[in-house]
Amino acid sequence: MGKFKEKFMQGVFMFSACVSILAVALICIFLFANGIPAMQEIGIFKFLGGTRWRPGNDIYGILPMILGSIYVTAGALIIGVPIGILTAIFMTRFCPDKLYRILKPAVDLLAGIPSVVYGFFGLMVIVPIIRDAFGVSGTSMLAASIVLGIMILPTIINLSESAIRAVPESYYEGSLALGATHERSVFKCVVPAAKSGIFAGIILGVGRAIGETMAVIMVAGNQAIMPQGLTTGVRTMTANIVLEMGYATDLHREALIATAVVLFVFILIINLSFSLIKRKSGQN
Amino acid sequence: MRGEQEMKNRPAAKIQSGFLRTIVYIAAILTVGVLACIIGYILIKGIPNLSLDLFSLEYTSENVSLFPAMVNTVTMTLLSLVISVPLGVFSAIYLVEYAKRGNKLVSVVRVTAETLTGIPSIVYGLFGFLFFVTAFGWGYSMLAGSLTLVIMVLPVIMRSTEEALKAVPDSYREGSFGLGAGKLRTVFRIVLPSAVPGILAGVILAVGRIVGETAALIYTAGTVAQIPGTLMSSGRTLAVHMYALWSEGINTNQSYATAVVLLVVVVLLNAASSAIAKRISKG
Repeated sequence: MGKFKEKFMQGVFMFSACVSILAVALICIFLFANGIPAMQEIGIFKFLGGTRWRPGNDIYGILPMILGSIYVTAGALIIGVPIGILTAIFMTRFCPDKLYRILKPAVDLLAGIPSVVYGFFGLMVIVPIIRDAFGVSGTSMLAASIVLGIMILPTIINLSESAIRAVPESYYEGSLALGATHERSVFKCVVPAAKSGIFAGIILGVGRAIGETMAVIMVAGNQAIMPQGLTTGVRTMTANIVLEMGYATDLHREALIATAVVLFVFILIINLSFSLIKRKSGQN
Repeated sequence: MRGEQEMKNRPAAKIQSGFLRTIVYIAAILTVGVLACIIGYILIKGIPNLSLDLFSLEYTSENVSLFPAMVNTVTMTLLSLVISVPLGVFSAIYLVEYAKRGNKLVSVVRVTAETLTGIPSIVYGLFGFLFFVTAFGWGYSMLAGSLTLVIMVLPVIMRSTEEALKAVPDSYREGSFGLGAGKLRTVFRIVLPSAVPGILAGVILAVGRIVGETAALIYTAGTVAQIPGTLMSSGRTLAVHMYALWSEGINTNQSYATAVVLLVVVVLLNAASSAIAKRISKG
């Protein structure tokens, strides 16, 4: 009886472990099975390279959205990466203990704020500033980049922080002993040694930014046209799905699922490079 | 001291040091400043908008009550946790306690869990829509929404439980075996109880994700603003409520108020998790 129970529970544990495999398999199957046929019907090059998205006329080109996602992510990195890395450097090397006890929870809180709240803040604060400064509608690539830049901060800070902390103290001491200043030692010796960990954080930030949906929808303007400039509206792949899924039917719906497939492939590539870099930094 | 003297002789080095120090300080101030701005802005604009009307039992287009959304958020969270916590904890038990070294299954589970972590919530939402809502024919329902969330938070719970189990010293297990307890008994009576704080930390993280989630729920749980009668009907959580208010384009004041409630929940969750973290590092 006891033996049966042991065996039975072991089976339960093993089954639970398999659930995540099952989940990934199902997600892949359902997305690809619904998305790939649409891509074939539209024509893969017309779909990926088409510059016009007019569901009403059965024209489905998602290049504007792919570019929108890439531009907005790039903008987020330009804003978030320097601030994030420098903040991590401050937290590890410049910050008194007392201040750290405030800073660390602050960064965690930044990570915990829901994306709708970020989007709402962007809409109410950042969009009007851009509207007044440039005399445009305000919902724009710039606004989305700023909001996303803020949202990826905690990811970049946390990963950079642990990477910098993992650098042996002897690097820093050695540099000091050679007569370098504290700042120079940190920037020229410690941070370069933490390079691959910091890079892993940036890649994770890219994944966050490209997959973010709600905050972007609220501030990006969502025009399904080729991106025109920093202060004009863009639509990302994620926004495309949420905005039109509610009423889409037939090929239109499948084209939206195909958009998710493209997004999914982007994410898989990002995940893969993240784990490769992480493995590399683990080896060093 | 010599270093300092030398520095005086090398103004370039001094300027460089000063510059580096300045940008580091500016970055830290910016990070904290942004957080303070967001919280301050939401609180200042939102608190005056918290009226009793917002907490009426029924949602109407006049009172724009967020009370049903609050109830739905709690239901959704509990429902998701009831399924995801046992699943996550059991998988972690398998990975740490049962699987042998170099087990192929373990590495596959790790890779898939990592993949799940990186998938954006809109992709989960779309999957939930295709799988639970359409293929299963459940329609927009609380159940479809919470099962979608189960998959989403599973890796979070798995990961933290795994860490917690690994941190339990082997001597505990050996002691239990030595007293004649079986494997199962050892796991449930000895190992799991000492891993509880770590597991709890993971659960709180999961609650945070569930409460803040929007994209995965719009097309699985739907956007009906009432408390659903059964788990098979649609109901919107607070975060979805906020999105719905935005897409309707009116009721900005109620959005502020909803944001305040969401922020308070997030702050409380963060406080709880740091309290637990403190206990773990002490214990």
